[in-house]
Amino acid sequence: MTDFRLPELGENVTSGDVLRVLVKPGDTVAKDQPILELETDKATIEVPSTVAGQVKEVKVKAGDKVKVGQAILILDNGGAPAAKTESKAAEPEKPAAAPEKTAEPPKPAAAAPPPAQASASKPAPATANVVDFSRGSRPAPEPAPSIPDLPLAPAAPSVRRMARELGVDIDQVPGSGPSGRISVEDVKAHAKRLVTGAGTADANSGAVPAAAEPLPDFSRWGEIERQPMRAVRRKTAEHLSVAWATIPHVTQHEYCDVTGLEELRKRYAKQAEAAGGNLTITAIAVKVIAAALKVFPQLNSSIDMAAEEIIVKKYVNIGIAVDTDRGLLVPVIRDADAKNIIEISVELSQLSEKARSRKLSLEEMQGGTFSISNLGGIGGSFFTPIINTPEVAILGISRARLEPVYDKENGQFVPRLMLPLSLSYDHRVIDGADGIRFLRWVVEAFEQPFLLALQG
Amino acid sequence: MASQQLIVVGGGPGGYAAAFLAADLGLSTTLIDPEVNPGGVCVYRGCIPSKALLHVAKLIGEARQAKAWGVEFGEPKVDLARLRAFKDDVVKRLTSGTGQLVRHRKVQYIQGTAELVDAHTLRVRKASGGEDTLTFEHAILATGSLPAIPPMLKVDDPRVMDSTSALDLPDVPKSLLVVGGGYIGLELGSVYATLGSAVTVVEMTPGLLPGADRDLVDVLARRVNGMMKAVLLNTRVTQMKAEARGVRVTFEGEGVKDQAREQLFDRVLVSVGRRPNSKIPGLDRTKVRVNDRGFIVVDKQLRTEEPSIFAIGDVVGEPMLAHKASHEGRVAVEAIAGQNVAFEPRAIPAVVFTDPEIAWAGLTETQAVKEGRKVSIAKFPWGASGRAITLDRTDGITKLILDAASEQILGVGLVGPGAGELIAEGVLAIEMGANATDLKLSIHPHPTLTETMMESAEVFFGQATHVYRPRR
Repeated sequence: MTDFRLPELGENVTSGDVLRVLVKPGDTVAKDQPILELETDKATIEVPSTVAGQVKEVKVKAGDKVKVGQAILILDNGGAPAAKTESKAAEPEKPAAAPEKTAEPPKPAAAAPPPAQASASKPAPATANVVDFSRGSRPAPEPAPSIPDLPLAPAAPSVRRMARELGVDIDQVPGSGPSGRISVEDVKAHAKRLVTGAGTADANSGAVPAAAEPLPDFSRWGEIERQPMRAVRRKTAEHLSVAWATIPHVTQHEYCDVTGLEELRKRYAKQAEAAGGNLTITAIAVKVIAAALKVFPQLNSSIDMAAEEIIVKKYVNIGIAVDTDRGLLVPVIRDADAKNIIEISVELSQLSEKARSRKLSLEEMQGGTFSISNLGGIGGSFFTPIINTPEVAILGISRARLEPVYDKENGQFVPRLMLPLSLSYDHRVIDGADGIRFLRWVVEAFEQPFLLALQG
Repeated sequence: MASQQLIVVGGGPGGYAAAFLAADLGLSTTLIDPEVNPGGVCVYRGCIPSKALLHVAKLIGEARQAKAWGVEFGEPKVDLARLRAFKDDVVKRLTSGTGQLVRHRKVQYIQGTAELVDAHTLRVRKASGGEDTLTFEHAILATGSLPAIPPMLKVDDPRVMDSTSALDLPDVPKSLLVVGGGYIGLELGSVYATLGSAVTVVEMTPGLLPGADRDLVDVLARRVNGMMKAVLLNTRVTQMKAEARGVRVTFEGEGVKDQAREQLFDRVLVSVGRRPNSKIPGLDRTKVRVNDRGFIVVDKQLRTEEPSIFAIGDVVGEPMLAHKASHEGRVAVEAIAGQNVAFEPRAIPAVVFTDPEIAWAGLTETQAVKEGRKVSIAKFPWGASGRAITLDRTDGITKLILDAASEQILGVGLVGPGAGELIAEGVLAIEMGANATDLKLSIHPHPTLTETMMESAEVFFGQATHVYRPRR
């Protein structure tokens, strides 16, 4: 028999509220298997087991407040080999422990440190007792430490040159050394984060954004003009290069019959106008996507290759690609699932206006979980949108057009207003079948908005 | 018509460093220069010959000082011809060395002058006669700079010299006027003063070495005032006339309040600055742009507005220093070779080889004050240095300019004998992003002047072994 007690969760977390218990008596639990969902003041995290065995008793339930060290499960592990490993792992690393050991054997109870005061006196010790904090959903997937405020990035010339060659801005690299000194490893790690959007196992697998073949001298063949890349253009170029180079894209196309929706849209356009919005296909699409993401949460995720984890977001923030004279900007409609279409249309008008008048704040462009790009106002039928990494999917909307559609019941072609939709998704996390299921759901919601109320 | 991957125009320290690296990287390279061997102004008519002369001047100075230590040599007898020969031999040894490196690296060296035909073609007028037309994928312009002589100081008389003719050491004039209190004027002025000339220095601004920190310059100024006949600050030359008995110079300003406004000098050295040598024939046939100060406009990779043409060294901007040019040359070649590099040093050291020497790197205190930056200054006086006392030269200062919050070393300033050698550690510290603690914790050899670097960091923490500061 052994106890599983709430381990230290790092970063001064001493307690939390149990949201859900993920195991029940009789279950066999493996090491690292999630045991419960815990809400702390920092984030919601899944607490993995540090031991293995069969669950005899669950000592907490949803809603309980638990402290570090408090017993969560009682496990039967027959001879407790795992517990032994655990007690060894939990032994704090003391290089000078040898003389003590001759006097007293190591305490077997080390796996269960006394509750509150122990953790309070040790803010965040780097012992094996600290569990991986990155399991649950959390607001920022960027694990980078903050950058100290220094006049010059504390990096040697060799490190700075390597950063330049990798296309990394040395001023953005957090240094891990004393006084924030930046090492070669720090630059490489930062480059990885840039490439993956969060942090991956292998930088070599991803193309480095700034690397490019030397250009020929174009002026040999005629007149040219060199124009400086503006900030938005450069950012877009870097961001999309990373996305294209790292994400295995699949684009799925589908037509969607919006004849009925168009009638509704026209009928209620005045209402939206009165509220200060514009009842556009984009506004409706935001609502449809927000609902669809509730049904298909894997499309509302990010991928953390370094941790080999999928980060599923429990919030829905939809980014909208806006064409401005400075280039492409993507303001974000937060918690779109909690807003009605009129509210979305009002917010969309405001954000688009801000984007065009350069008043968009950085914050208003961050935290998106899914993006929509509507080129239908200009034309075209179908395109392959590039995923706005670290998101995993994007919906492209083209121009709706009257098409002859065969009506089986009456045996004739009828004119229907058909909207071409293109869904690009990250094939690492989304299988083809899930991709088309999602898109079919979206198409049906456009065709039959009742679905939004029914399932969304 | 021969075609090269790279042609470098100008064989100074920037140009030959570029050509040599290009050859090392496997580019077919041509180097064009009017001299027999690479070296440029620096080796033929600048840094190198002046340092040979300053070395001799230092020896004479120390021999005189030795009297106080109980050793007397008597007055030195200077054989100008031998001294000139020594200086010329130094130049010859160095330039034949660069000539050898050209051959070993299989760089095509053409002695001559270049004219641009278009963005990919050059015409060379060869010193041996005849012309060659060469095409290139890339070119680097490294044409350097020339002494600037304002019109009112332009007198067609051999007694009015620029730095080049002054280095030829035509004689030791009884009286010499140095126009311009910058580093060239002070270096050459002190050579002539040591050899026996009565030297007057005239400087337009309120102080010698404009741009350098005043606390450092003050130390030098004290010694210069003792060595020179007069130092006229806030004073300008309004007229200069060659007469049979000498050069008649008319002054105007603070320095001549109590002195004659007109004075007669045996010789005059005009050293008011240098101007970029951007009047390259045919430059107007390319898109290369020259700014209103005469510098060729380049980007961070040293590329001009003509994509196939790069420019480096004095011709692209201040500071006009050999070591800056060499570094730029190497960056330009790496950029041409397709590497993603940029010229972005944090510290370009500057050294004035007077006695005492002045050297600085990175941020100066003057600049920090001007920009309103929050810095801490830590100064170690050489009076507390054992080594300085053994040299009987305790007038030096070692100074750190540190970021007030992070204690990062942003600049280093030095005055004292050997400052030019000591500054290299400062450059490394700045480039490495070192802070005061790093410098403090690095053991420095005893007894050397380098300890003053470590102890200035200790001063910052109020814990210098050899400086007592009461606790506040």
